[in-house]
Amino acid sequence: MFYREAGDFKTSYAEDSQTFPIKFDRYRYYAVLVIAFAVVPFVINDYWVNAVFLPFLIYAIAAIGLNILTGYCGQVSLGTGGFMAVGAYACYKLMTSFPEVSILIHVILAGGITAGVGVLFGLPSLRIKGFYLAVATLAAQFFLVWLFNRVPWFYNYSASGQISAPERTVLGVPVTGAETAPWAAYLVCLLFVTASALVARNLTRGMAGRKWMAIRDMDIAAEIIGVDPLKAKLSAFAVSSFFIGIAGALFFSVYLGAVEVGEAFGINKSFLVLFMVIIGGLGSIFGSFAGAAFLVLLPVFLKNLLVGGLGWPTDLAAHLEFIIVGALIIAFLVAEPHGLAQLWRVAKEKLRLWPFPH
Amino acid sequence: MPEQLVFAMEVFLNGLMAGVLYALVALGFVLIYKASGIFNYAQGVMALFAALTLVGIMDGQVPFSHLINAVFGTEIHHFGWHLPALLAIVLTMVVMIALAWLVNHFVFRHLVNQEPIILFMASIGLAYFLEGMGDIMWGADIKKLDVGLPQGINSAIDEITFGIFDYGFFIDNLDIVATGIAALLVVGLVIFAQYTKQGRAMRAVADDHQAALSVGISLNYIWVMVWSLAGFVALVAGIVWGTKSGVQFSLSLIALKALPVLMLGGFTSIPGAIVGGLIIGVGEKLFEFAIGPMIGGATENWFAYVLALIFLVFRPQGLFGEKIIERV
Repeated sequence: MFYREAGDFKTSYAEDSQTFPIKFDRYRYYAVLVIAFAVVPFVINDYWVNAVFLPFLIYAIAAIGLNILTGYCGQVSLGTGGFMAVGAYACYKLMTSFPEVSILIHVILAGGITAGVGVLFGLPSLRIKGFYLAVATLAAQFFLVWLFNRVPWFYNYSASGQISAPERTVLGVPVTGAETAPWAAYLVCLLFVTASALVARNLTRGMAGRKWMAIRDMDIAAEIIGVDPLKAKLSAFAVSSFFIGIAGALFFSVYLGAVEVGEAFGINKSFLVLFMVIIGGLGSIFGSFAGAAFLVLLPVFLKNLLVGGLGWPTDLAAHLEFIIVGALIIAFLVAEPHGLAQLWRVAKEKLRLWPFPH
Repeated sequence: MPEQLVFAMEVFLNGLMAGVLYALVALGFVLIYKASGIFNYAQGVMALFAALTLVGIMDGQVPFSHLINAVFGTEIHHFGWHLPALLAIVLTMVVMIALAWLVNHFVFRHLVNQEPIILFMASIGLAYFLEGMGDIMWGADIKKLDVGLPQGINSAIDEITFGIFDYGFFIDNLDIVATGIAALLVVGLVIFAQYTKQGRAMRAVADDHQAALSVGISLNYIWVMVWSLAGFVALVAGIVWGTKSGVQFSLSLIALKALPVLMLGGFTSIPGAIVGGLIIGVGEKLFEFAIGPMIGGATENWFAYVLALIFLVFRPQGLFGEKIIERV
């Protein structure tokens, strides 16, 4: 009824190829942006920011990054945790070495450094494929975490081996350190998420994205029609690592404030982000958001229900949470292997015909 | 003979022993991957689960006692019996076979013909599930496992090497027994695969499951059987590792040790798992011995992966893996 292309006439080429061709979608998208930027910061409190919004936004960036590599380019990576650690430590070194430069620039630079490291560990992908590559990326995961643990230069020779973010401001408002207001941290992350999603969306529907998808669907055929696998794969690793690096930098500086590398960026983080991508939907930017939201909200919900609602001991609830998360993942894969994004697509298809499906 | 060289020899021997232990876990991976194309990340957690179940049955723990007590406010913990190790192992095997059936029936039967990454993800989901399940059934505390395997320094080797080099090698009895067990296991598996009807059916399914189906082999039966076999391998690995370092959460992380072994040996080769295990075991121990102290130690976490990575660049299918043929 209201969800139609009908009557929404496109008069230019740019209008014809926009991301949201349906008017309702477009307005919904603007509405979400307005609410996220102009309403949410005024109503959220500390608990919501730290338990839900910050992890959601930051994991969404990481999931977009991994989705570019795994969902669009077909290269399975289990090194996400390691690359996030690169982003975090690059950000830390930049923050402490050049205190007068804005934190926003540091975060972007940290993404750039991570992109370089990502390309380095992406090189074997030219020879190794499939699961061999997935396991090979674990080398990045373990090596990088070990490196940041063992080389004191990375954590500025601090006694605890931890890194902690000094206070930095944007426009006079502290966004890192102990004095950060919840809304400020939220807005910084939101800014990066919005920018990342925009860039990622437009990259993936442009020439770069088409090349990645060609490589994903069949790399030899792609090579025959003129896609250079070297450039396509390495650019996917670079772009993906760039986003993951930004996520790592924000995770450390804005969200946690102080991290110990093995704990914050261990192998579990890699699996978590991969889960988000799979549950959300491979090859979909919306899916990255949906997957991140699902896996951030689920533990919070379960914890509130089991510990707060039923009054069970925390350790029991934690074990049960494992069972439920595992079972849900399996149930999800059995019921809808293409993820939440596929459900969303189906819903939209249905809505276009509603209320007269025949 | 220079002292360093003697030390290096001891490290080499210990590396071989460690490699055997890695190979034990890797075997389970290879079995499942060959027969069903599932890259089963849950193999390590299966070893943990098997070991937990074994300890629980031996000590007569009440399963889910923690949960039951929390829900009903009761105070039950033990049945009050102690079973002999052999009986407990048999009972644990029954549990693992039941688990194999459940896994096939509720998970992987529904995922036939899905992409490998989906299957892999499902096995990670399974790993999470089993991890929580093991903890909730048997409790999360560290348990001692003793099924009567010998432990401690092997005095014969100690004396012999002392006689030759003036320096006694420290070789754990448990490692020697583990080597024997692993050898038996491999021989047993090879005989099973080559000479029994079920083994032939298994290889047929591994080769081409549609063709196998068309000549009347029941896929479900074979898959349950393969998962049971993998459960058996996991139980053996769980017993050996559990005796060595106690039954605890970190046991599930041995899966991560087995992955580079698999890469090196090839995902589809049983001998590859053994040879890969030995190479990784010796490689990481020698590297830690020779280079580790210079660059901060604890290199064992990543060395195996980097070694496997470099190796794969030159031979992408691993040592013994089937040659990757790509068609357009």
